[in-house]
Amino acid sequence: MATVAEIRVHQGRRSEVALLAIAVMIAVLARGLVDYHADVLELRDLGLYALTAVALATTAHLVLRRYAPSADTVLLPAVFALNGIGIAMIRRIDFAYAERGRDTTFGNVQIGWAILGIALMIGVILLVRDHRVLRRYTYTAGLVGLIGLLLPLFPVIGTEINGARIWIHLFGRSLQPAEFAKIALVIFFAGYLVTNRDTLALAGPKILGIRFPRPRDMGPLVLVWLASMLVQIYERDLGTSLLFFGIFLSMLYVATERLSWVIVGLGMFVAGAAFAGTVFAHVHSRYEAWLHALDPAVYASGASEQLVRGLFGMASGGLLGTGLGEGRPDLVPYAESDFIISSLGEELGLTGLMAILTLYVIIVQRAMRTAIGVRDGFGKLLAVGLGFSLALQVFIVVGGVTRVIPLTGLTTPFLAYGGSSMLANWMVVGLLLRISDQARRPSQVVT
Amino acid sequence: MSQISITLLRLGFLILLWALVLSAIGVLRADLYGTRVTSRGKGMNRRKTDGRADKMATPSRASTGIRTGGMSPRESTAAHLAVTAGPLKGTTIPLGSAPVMIGRAATCTVVIEDDYCSSRHCRVYPDGGQWMVEDLGSTNGTFLSNQRVDDPVPFHLGDKLSLGATTIELRS
Repeated sequence: MATVAEIRVHQGRRSEVALLAIAVMIAVLARGLVDYHADVLELRDLGLYALTAVALATTAHLVLRRYAPSADTVLLPAVFALNGIGIAMIRRIDFAYAERGRDTTFGNVQIGWAILGIALMIGVILLVRDHRVLRRYTYTAGLVGLIGLLLPLFPVIGTEINGARIWIHLFGRSLQPAEFAKIALVIFFAGYLVTNRDTLALAGPKILGIRFPRPRDMGPLVLVWLASMLVQIYERDLGTSLLFFGIFLSMLYVATERLSWVIVGLGMFVAGAAFAGTVFAHVHSRYEAWLHALDPAVYASGASEQLVRGLFGMASGGLLGTGLGEGRPDLVPYAESDFIISSLGEELGLTGLMAILTLYVIIVQRAMRTAIGVRDGFGKLLAVGLGFSLALQVFIVVGGVTRVIPLTGLTTPFLAYGGSSMLANWMVVGLLLRISDQARRPSQVVT
Repeated sequence: MSQISITLLRLGFLILLWALVLSAIGVLRADLYGTRVTSRGKGMNRRKTDGRADKMATPSRASTGIRTGGMSPRESTAAHLAVTAGPLKGTTIPLGSAPVMIGRAATCTVVIEDDYCSSRHCRVYPDGGQWMVEDLGSTNGTFLSNQRVDDPVPFHLGDKLSLGATTIELRS
């Protein structure tokens, strides 16, 4: 016997208002500092920006209050703050480019994407009233995800930018379909694994105290592995490939509770990546730039120039950073998208970067907590998959920029410049809020 | 603006960032653990754990801590089922207005992995302002406060429901 003390979930949304207020203050102060250092600070513009931020926060909050009253209260403010920091940083890089005669309006475009993203999140919350509905579209989602993933390989619409073939060109805009395929594939994996987890979990020989799966049950794992290898070799992007394989592996582990899947899967991925690195020249050069980044010959060839400049940028930031608008983040190519983490590291220092990473940890923790709380298997796997996709994406980007793993072309969620990533990740937040609403609401319906 | 105020704003920004992070963690603190399971030890040991539970429960209003049974059944319509023994030990099930099915079948609200449970073992449902328990023809029986349940009987706050190795308590 044991005493069980339940800790009540706080039902109100008042804490969200307070946290949102801090998040809006962060966004406005960041932009104020950036504008001041670029000598374009006008209180009227800043006030307008603040009003827009307050209006967006209020709208999102009221929609949640009305349509998802039990949803998590921390998720929205954390994402809002990240978005605000990202927009200010991109605007700051616009000014730096302007000084060098390059006219860009990334910052203003990004504000538009953020507004669209919030609208999309509200749309997801209004449209998906119960996440279990998504289970009906398991195989549709799988097909959509796979097509989205392989779309850049098709001849006419697929385009290659900077060596990675992960963009498609539609109506004069470029788009990263993998960002949206991510959500579709998480839905597919969740629906598939919740039905088939028993066969994947129970049978198999025992080696060294760990139960390994039977070879004939390995089909799905091998398929996903092949798809991710295809992506790595033909789309030339280790990040996307690692992201999809990692999402599948983590969901497989959560569904079956068996470590052997992780061991087998990681072994397969490392072997595949090593093979691709020795056989294909373009993959090999990526690994070379990672392993010998500071080698003068590699640096001179331009392969590791961006990475090394990013590292030096972060080093010059030090503990407290140079201050927003006072560093030189524009010396790193793609400082507004792939390397926004090193730009932030330079201007906010280790202290700021740690705060940003902690915000990501909080978002991922909320997803995992939601998975524990929700009462259906599909919802659990969906929340885990969505949370892990964000976590892994942040790991791949930050790991690439800090030279822990080879550099890839993934975007930092909510921070980096880019429409596809912004819209897709706001959709992820919408889904997570919807599932957390189900998880924290007292049970009403019994099926 | 002078240099000093700019420096202050720059550091203020970092402080504001951490203020958000820390206050978010403060909001989460109450929600980090769904339930706290304290094994019922002997004598002194037990008092110690209770004291700690009290201390942890008081600081935030969000965690209104431990409540034991023994209240009048009409006092509250919102209630919890707390599993105090068995494979699901530590789980709580918030009760709404809908019946709760307990058993081994995957369609049950509370799914118990226990060979001594039937697939549809028993049902807890609201009736006229109080909760009732009904056995659904289980093989090994349902016991409410050590009395075998057949026809629906009222389930009062604090009563213990046993099925197989599982014990479930009704709480406010």
